[in-house]
Amino acid sequence: MTDTTYILRIENIKKAFGKNEVLKGVSLDVRKGETICFIGPSGTGKSTLLRCINQLTIPDSGKIFLNDEEVTHAGPRINYFRQKIGMVFQNFFLFDHLTAVRNVEIALLKVKKMNPKEAREKAMFELKQVGMADWADHYPAELSGGQAQRVSIARALAMDPDIMLFDEPTSALDPELTREVLEVMKKLALEGMTMLVVTHEMGFACSVANKICFMEHGHIKEQGTPAELLNNPEFERCKAFIGEFREYSQ
Amino acid sequence: MALSILIDWFPYLFSGIVLTLGLVASALIIGAGVGLPLALGQVYGSLPVRSAIATFVWFFRGLPVLVLLFLFYFGIFPALGLDLPAFYVGAVVLGLWGAAYQSQVFRGAIQSISEGQMIAARSLGMSRFQAIKSIILPQAMRIALPGWSNQYPEILTESSVCYAIGVAELLTRSSQIVSQTYVTMPIYLACAVIFILLSYAGTSCIHMVEKKIAIPGFGPGGS
Repeated sequence: MTDTTYILRIENIKKAFGKNEVLKGVSLDVRKGETICFIGPSGTGKSTLLRCINQLTIPDSGKIFLNDEEVTHAGPRINYFRQKIGMVFQNFFLFDHLTAVRNVEIALLKVKKMNPKEAREKAMFELKQVGMADWADHYPAELSGGQAQRVSIARALAMDPDIMLFDEPTSALDPELTREVLEVMKKLALEGMTMLVVTHEMGFACSVANKICFMEHGHIKEQGTPAELLNNPEFERCKAFIGEFREYSQ
Repeated sequence: MALSILIDWFPYLFSGIVLTLGLVASALIIGAGVGLPLALGQVYGSLPVRSAIATFVWFFRGLPVLVLLFLFYFGIFPALGLDLPAFYVGAVVLGLWGAAYQSQVFRGAIQSISEGQMIAARSLGMSRFQAIKSIILPQAMRIALPGWSNQYPEILTESSVCYAIGVAELLTRSSQIVSQTYVTMPIYLACAVIFILLSYAGTSCIHMVEKKIAIPGFGPGGS
C-alpha cells in the first residue's frame, strides 16, 4: 500500500566529533507513511543521525534528500526544510515563557507569517489532536512531562511537516506518562505520518514500526520488519540486544 | 527659619529634581540601548566583535565615573569637535558607563537560557535572528530584570557627580542654595531625603513591572 517513491533519502552520512566517529556512512530510504524505529546501544549515533536529517548537526559528508530536494548544503533554505521536518526532543524543549497554545502558534506566526486568528485556530486544532486543548493556557512549568511532550508534538505538527523525527521522546518519562505519549505517536503513525523514532520502547517499536533499524558503532547493522528481526536467525546481534532489554525489564 | 527657606527655594530645588531624573532616564535608555546589543555581540558575535566589546566594558568599568566625566567633558568630546552642554555629556557618560554594567547583566541572562530553546526554535524553521528575538530575548529579559533594576538606584546616586561639571541637578542646586542662604544642614538633608524618595519610588515601579511580567515557574521571580 505504501507509496513507492521515497520521501526521504539518507545517503552515506558520516559524522565525527573530534576523533570520535559517530556515524560511519549511514544510508537509508524512507517511504511515505512508514514508521521506522531506531534501536541500539547508547552512543551509536541514533540521535546524531536524526539531527543530521534536519541539519541541527551538520554531517561531515553524505547527502539528505527530502522529496528529491537536497537538504544538505541548502544554505538559508534550510529554514524551509526544517518546517517540513518536525522534531520532538527527549527533554521537550518547550518555550518556557509561553503558554501551551503560544508554544504551538509562535512558529506559525513568526515563520509561516499566518495571521493571529488562523494561527490560534490551527494551534488549538493541533492541541486537540494530542489531547491537550484543555491545557492551552498553562505554562510549561505547570505541565507534567507527558503533557509537555504532547504539546511539543503538537508544536511540530502545526508546521504540517512531511516527516516527523522523534529523538527518544519518552526517555525522560515514567511508564505512565510514556504510555500517553506513545498513544499519541501510535495514532499519528496510523494516520499515515512518516515517522523516524529513536526509542528504547521495544513494545512500541514492535507493534507500530514498519521497519526497525538496529544501530551499532555508527552503522545500521541490521534492519527489517519487527517480525523478521524477532524471528530470523540472521539478526543475531539485534536479538541479543533486545534480549538484554527483556532481562532487565522483567 | 530653615523651613521657610526651604519652601522659598523649593521651585529652584524642584527643577534640580527634574534635571536629575532627566539624567537618570537618558542614562538608563542609553545604557539599555547600548548594553543589549553589546551583550548580544558578546554572546553571538565573532572573535573581533567580542574582543572589542570586552575592551569597551573593561574601560568603562575600570574607571571612576568622575574620571570618565572629566575625560569626556574636557578631553574626548572637545577633541571630536563636539561642544556639548554639560547635561548631555553627563547623560552620555552615565549611559555608557551603565551600558558596560548592563551588558554583563544581559549577557549572563542570555547565557543562562538553556541551549534547547535555540535548538527547538531552529528545528521549527526559525532563523537564528528570529529565535533570538522571539524566544531567547523574552526569556533573558525576564531573568535580567532583577539584576538590571539595580541600575536605577546606582545611576540615580552616581548622577550627582555631574555636579563636578556644573549640570544644574539636585546636588548642584542644593549647594547653590547653601551658598546663597548660608543654611547648610537642612538643605543637604532635604537633598538626601529627595534622593532616597526617588530611589524608593523608582525601585517600587520596577518591582511592579517584575510582578506583572512574571511567568509561573519561570525565572527568579517564578514560584
